[in-house]
Amino acid sequence: MLLSYRDALNQAMREEMRRDSRIVLIGEEVGYYQGAFKVTKGFVEEFGPHRVVDTPITEAGFTGLAIGAAVAGLRPIVELMTMNFGIVALDQIVNNAAKIRYMSGGQLSVPLVIRGPGSAAHQLGAQHSQSLEAWFCHVPGLKVVAPSTPHDAKGLLKSAIRDQNPVVFIEAQLLYGTKGEVAEGEYTIPLGRADVKRAGTDVTVVAYSKMLLVALEAAERLRQDGLDVEVIDPRTLKPLDLESIVTSVKKTGRMVIVEEGWRFCGLGAQIADSVYAAAFDYLDAPIVRVTGEDVPMPYSRPLEDAAIPDVPRVVAAIHSLCGVA
Amino acid sequence: MTDMDEHDLRSLYRQMLLIRRFEEKSAEMYALAKIAGFLHLYIGEEAIAVGAVAALRPDDYVISAYRDHGHCLARGSDPGRVMAELFGKATGLCQGKGGSMHLVDLANRFMGGYAIVGGHIPLATGLAFATKYRKQDLVTVCFFGEGAVPSGQAHEAFNLAALWKLPVIFICENNRYGMGTPVARAVALYDNVAEAARSYGIMAERVDGMDVLAVRELMRTVVDQVRAGHGPFFIEAMTYRFMGHSMADPSHGHYRSKDEVEEHRKRDPLVLLKHQMLSQALCSEGDFKSLEQEVGEVVAAAVKFADESPFPDPSSLHADVMVEE
Repeated sequence: MLLSYRDALNQAMREEMRRDSRIVLIGEEVGYYQGAFKVTKGFVEEFGPHRVVDTPITEAGFTGLAIGAAVAGLRPIVELMTMNFGIVALDQIVNNAAKIRYMSGGQLSVPLVIRGPGSAAHQLGAQHSQSLEAWFCHVPGLKVVAPSTPHDAKGLLKSAIRDQNPVVFIEAQLLYGTKGEVAEGEYTIPLGRADVKRAGTDVTVVAYSKMLLVALEAAERLRQDGLDVEVIDPRTLKPLDLESIVTSVKKTGRMVIVEEGWRFCGLGAQIADSVYAAAFDYLDAPIVRVTGEDVPMPYSRPLEDAAIPDVPRVVAAIHSLCGVA
Repeated sequence: MTDMDEHDLRSLYRQMLLIRRFEEKSAEMYALAKIAGFLHLYIGEEAIAVGAVAALRPDDYVISAYRDHGHCLARGSDPGRVMAELFGKATGLCQGKGGSMHLVDLANRFMGGYAIVGGHIPLATGLAFATKYRKQDLVTVCFFGEGAVPSGQAHEAFNLAALWKLPVIFICENNRYGMGTPVARAVALYDNVAEAARSYGIMAERVDGMDVLAVRELMRTVVDQVRAGHGPFFIEAMTYRFMGHSMADPSHGHYRSKDEVEEHRKRDPLVLLKHQMLSQALCSEGDFKSLEQEVGEVVAAAVKFADESPFPDPSSLHADVMVEE
């Protein structure tokens, strides 16, 4: 069935909340407002305010509360209105959610999902446009998921909710309205498995979340130039499915990584490092990264456009890598 | 006084004595480099943990900050396994992964020591949220120092606890210094830190934290009230740390005088209870001597157990970062 990314997330949580009464949804405006981006539309009506809990604007407090509730055996889903606000809750996420299992020698666990939109939308300014996945991926003890399609969003969110670990689940405001085929009925997609979104033989492009759509469009344009581009979506950023990426690189010998986040210490640097270590001999040329610019996101449209990877830049990167003028 | 009371008081005294001797021995072991890292001793504050825990059921939750040995021992943890954790041994409560500041003993519902000041207070509201959600008649007790009271996370937690009438008891151990900074230079309402909780509509009371019977008495009333669903409570227990902030800090010197420390030592919680028991002829000097001997043996056995236990094998390094499924 054709479903929007937003509705796919809504279905995932609705199905899971119906089957498991330990799941509670906590966040700003998740209840009566129906979610800042309407992802939780209809939830408070179906599940009641004791399970769909509107919070004050205190991300550290309610994220910490959710972690404590998870330790006590609930399975909370925290909705951050945007991932930017995760910075306010970073102490809780990094010092508590990610470490409680380890510090306790395995006595405690934190089955928790922290979800919300990351990355830029349209002209939201420097504090509401950040791609922080590299921050979360850097921390041992967290899983990080960033789906690009409605089908993946649903299946991965269901797996994240059932996972015994804290999972940071990064959506994108500009993806909420996108539509795609979603399988009928009950299904999950395991965390830690990449998906080949477009098979090809000449070059491997790794992209996730919103950038996956950019990569696919670039691949389509390059078809006219006779280039056969393989596009892989890791879907789960940590643990990363390196094997699938390496399999593709061994076939194509060339690789481009597209990410919206800042270049320096970005996720692509880690992916490149891992691929170099695993498949250096198979590479015909150095790995190319197309990234966001190292600037706070500007407001003005032309400046914002200049800060984010787009189709022409991905096309140009692949052209140069493959020696096409 | 009845036989029951006599047994009762003796048990309270024994627990305080155990913590005192355990802490003294820890300091010795630190000097011998058997214990490393940070070591924050609870000497002088024993009456709070022992008095408070005496009013709890075994299935109630207790959570603490980094000065946590006393709370863990009061909850009934095996002194040998606590000492082994301080030694960094595989037989420690957390298999050597937590250390002094991060003791956890799930079996005794001791949910951990946390070392980011204020950061565990939201966790306590989460434990309480979970028990209330499941309609369990459990309370959560959260210990912290007065230094945590002005932190943002404490305030966010107070607000959530009051807003949602959570069954949590905040126990502020006011030992008058946040490390070397006196409360008057750190908290605006330094002579009444409980106002921080009252400002959110939380009931609060001050108690003499050197008087274990006063702490227990107040806690019995408070626990009944909180267990009955009347929302959170804040206790300010006035106390004094006889030792330095940590082993790196002498008991007196730059920020407080020897006279000041000596003055507070006159109200040593163990001495106060002992005088009371002697004056009421509940115990003889001989009884105290045999208690000393028995507790001394327990602590010696704890050290022996810790010392003879193996260090964790390096192969356990990566265990319990994640829950493996």
